[in-house]
Amino acid sequence: MGAERSLAAAAGRVFRTTAFKLSAVYLLIFIVFAVFVLGYLAWNTRRLLDAQITETITSEISSLADQYNQGGVRRLITVMERRGRQSGSFIYLLVDPKGDSVTGNAILRVPALDQRPGWIEARFNWPDEPEDIRHEAKLRVFLLPSGLRLFVGRDLEERARLGEVIRRARGWSLFMVLLLGGFGAWFVTKRVLGRVDAIAASSARIMEGHLTERLPVSNTNDEFDRLALHLNQMLDRMGELMAGLRALSDNVAHDLRTPLTRLRSGAEESLRRATTLEEGREGLERAIEESDHLIRIFDALLMIARAETGNLATSLQDITLDEALSSIAELYEPLAEEAGMPLKLAVEPGLSVQANRELLGRALSNLIDNALKYGHPAPESEARPEIVLAATRVGATIELSVSDRGPGVPEADRERVIERFVRLDQSRAKPGFGLGLSLVAAIAKQHGGQIRLEDNAPGLRVVLVMPIGNVNDCKDVTA
Amino acid sequence: MKILVVEDDADAGRYLVRALGESGHIADLAADGEAGLEMAMAGSYDVLIIDRMLPKRDGLSLIMALRADKRTTPVLILSALGQVDDRVLGLRAGGDDYLTKPYAFTECLARVEALARRQNPQSAQLIYRVGDLELDRLAHRVTRGGEDILLQPREFRLLEYLMRHAGQVVTRTMLLENVWDYHFDPQTNVIDVHISRLRGKIDRGQGASLLHTVRGAGYMIRDNGR
Repeated sequence: MGAERSLAAAAGRVFRTTAFKLSAVYLLIFIVFAVFVLGYLAWNTRRLLDAQITETITSEISSLADQYNQGGVRRLITVMERRGRQSGSFIYLLVDPKGDSVTGNAILRVPALDQRPGWIEARFNWPDEPEDIRHEAKLRVFLLPSGLRLFVGRDLEERARLGEVIRRARGWSLFMVLLLGGFGAWFVTKRVLGRVDAIAASSARIMEGHLTERLPVSNTNDEFDRLALHLNQMLDRMGELMAGLRALSDNVAHDLRTPLTRLRSGAEESLRRATTLEEGREGLERAIEESDHLIRIFDALLMIARAETGNLATSLQDITLDEALSSIAELYEPLAEEAGMPLKLAVEPGLSVQANRELLGRALSNLIDNALKYGHPAPESEARPEIVLAATRVGATIELSVSDRGPGVPEADRERVIERFVRLDQSRAKPGFGLGLSLVAAIAKQHGGQIRLEDNAPGLRVVLVMPIGNVNDCKDVTA
Repeated sequence: MKILVVEDDADAGRYLVRALGESGHIADLAADGEAGLEMAMAGSYDVLIIDRMLPKRDGLSLIMALRADKRTTPVLILSALGQVDDRVLGLRAGGDDYLTKPYAFTECLARVEALARRQNPQSAQLIYRVGDLELDRLAHRVTRGGEDILLQPREFRLLEYLMRHAGQVVTRTMLLENVWDYHFDPQTNVIDVHISRLRGKIDRGQGASLLHTVRGAGYMIRDNGR
């Protein structure tokens, strides 16, 4: 009972598989097709055979008619008897008006008198064989002037044999179709749907939490590989986003804790120590400053997270770099001058990018802030302090750069400083919290670009590589 | 000035109302979007301060309902959503200014006063005067005591903005937004340097200085002599 049920369940599973359904459909189509082809073949051949038989009977009749015309019924009977004895001969039969056979080489198994002149098909026997052997014949019936009925025809054995051949072929083809279809089903299941199963199994494992697992790719570059590759890319992207989110929450935990602690202990201290209103005021002012600092970190983190995951498509606009860079330079120029680092512009004319003006401005202002903070030439250096804001077209990209003449960033640290909260030892003395470059990198990424740190010999050059939008190209053409 | 504060956080709302009162304004508080809409429709307020996330009816829909009713009362949106897109969304819904939480009260006050001034038709003058300083918007000319002062285009716009809001505190972020059209919080004292340059041009060698620094808030142009 239990075994039966599990067998039924297994059968149910098989019936539900796509492999089974697919092969069933294909088998059905094959069978219908085979039946149609065979049927058509049989019908056509039979028609051809019929036509041939009709033709031979007609020519025999015309020869008999000659004999009859020459020698009357007597001559006809003689010819019939002679010809009837030859092997493979026609069927000849002459019946008198009472229905009795006058002469003939066959026995008709239907009432002869009922047959009207014209073409008929009827059963008959050769005289020396038992009655249960049936033959079919095609016959032409004539009514002679004397009241005699003449039957001339041919055995339809060939046609019957053809029918037999077709029947056998039908059996065979059905067998072959079933065999091939079964093999096809096995192949589809094993080779093709097996791949789907593999993908399903991998995704099940991924869902279980093995997030680094990827779908199998067989390197045949077929549809399944493309599907698996795309899904893998999707998983990678999602993994990146999740990692970004996790890093964000880690950072929030680690790096907001420090200033929060500072805020709290500062407040505690002034609560404990402040005796005059003035001292209390000072404590509160420090607390506000500290919380402003916290808010800044928080904003920057949120913005990085947004920039890393967000999509800008809606807020992109065509930005003329000439205008955008000089606007930023104009904003910073007095400050740079005061810091003793002249701000210079080197913008190739006519360049534009697809960008969010706000974010681009923010990225550039971060870079200039950095240059102002860290870009003072080292005491032993002979370089003249300056900050250069440049934009050039390099192939299919536009490179925006901010260069200074400061100590630069050692090659080994260039990757690292882009990470969040990373501050090189030399910079710890200056205010800041190590998010500037991460923010710039996130903004670049959001625009489909990236950032690169280079040696300005001496100094640091931060390059913002932006793709050239199609819109700009169109503009160039129309301009 | 009569101000309506629509804010669902009771403490934050009470604090804002009291602080506005201390600054010489009359402020009412509504605790949800429906009540806010009702009060804004009924009362004649000079400025509305509306939180973006409110119970019953959210801030943006409140503003849209007001604008659909042809109410042009200036609206300052307060929001914890401070990204570029959020700001654009808020302004597109009919808000006039956008302030991200948490904010400094001085910033909020300065913006509210600037909004009220914007409503005032006097602000569309062609010539601004503060003391003996005169700015001619059409001729692009600035004089102090009858003597020409040469300003860079950006300095002119900076002075124009300050003078349009003469007697009011103007914060650094307001200047960055309105004169440079950047909506981020500058980490360095970029604006201060621009101001001190401008001050050098208009106040140097003059008896009374007109461009004042308001500690912890921003700047103000005012003739103390009057």
